[in-house]
Amino acid sequence: MSPLLFWIFALLTLIFGAAVVINRNPVASALSLVMSFLGLAALFMSLNAYFIGIIQVLVYAGAVMVLFLFIIMLLDLRAEEGRRINWLTSAAGLAVALIFLGQIFSVVGHFKIAHRTFPPLPGPTIDDVRNVGAALFRNYNLPFQIVGVLVLVATIGVVLLSKREPR
Amino acid sequence: MITLGDYLIVSGVLFVIGFAGVMLRRNLIIILMSLELMLNAANLSLVAFSRFRVGSSGLPNYNAQVFVFFIITVAAAEVAVGLAILVALYRTRQTTDVNDISSLKF
Repeated sequence: MSPLLFWIFALLTLIFGAAVVINRNPVASALSLVMSFLGLAALFMSLNAYFIGIIQVLVYAGAVMVLFLFIIMLLDLRAEEGRRINWLTSAAGLAVALIFLGQIFSVVGHFKIAHRTFPPLPGPTIDDVRNVGAALFRNYNLPFQIVGVLVLVATIGVVLLSKREPR
Repeated sequence: MITLGDYLIVSGVLFVIGFAGVMLRRNLIIILMSLELMLNAANLSLVAFSRFRVGSSGLPNYNAQVFVFFIITVAAAEVAVGLAILVALYRTRQTTDVNDISSLKF
């Protein structure tokens, strides 16, 4: 993947990610999150992880975001009116985030392997889905089953939580 | 050329954006969205390391991609449960602002 495309998609992801936090209207935030996830899916594909990229689009940009938008519409949330902002708390939160950012830059800067480029792959295409499936079902079969149980428990939990109690 | 560090920086900045969202925003839905951003930042660095560790077969290390698959599944379940709790909360309190929900505050 050419560096130009990488930076286009990286900027797309980061700008729309920032828009999620900055927007006051929840619907605009949710739509920015969709764009951010699409940019991220492109970055996954640039790393030859086609299966993960497609899962990202289907599960995140599709299912999860529909769920978010559905809840926003259901609760009929308006843009937050100008509440008084606790400046001290906000400044502290921002300071912690910025310190963390500095840490990340410093760690990546001192990480020698990080300055290497990616090693080449044998061919132009790889059997991505087949390889992920083989790793999933051969080496990680038990965790896969456990995740299935987790999803079942989550489904039952959501039904119970959203059931209206009889008075 | 694009190095591993470039992907790690993008992943780190995305994580910090999500972190700032959790710290600064007071709307529960936006906080949940920021959590998703943080999970995705972790996924990006995992996939970058997966592509970087090309094994003896000449293929990327698929263990990391399986891990990402699990993270996506658990995150989807987490969002479903989180939003169900949010709807139940809205039904009793008519608010999604974390400042108004302080019954458990010391």
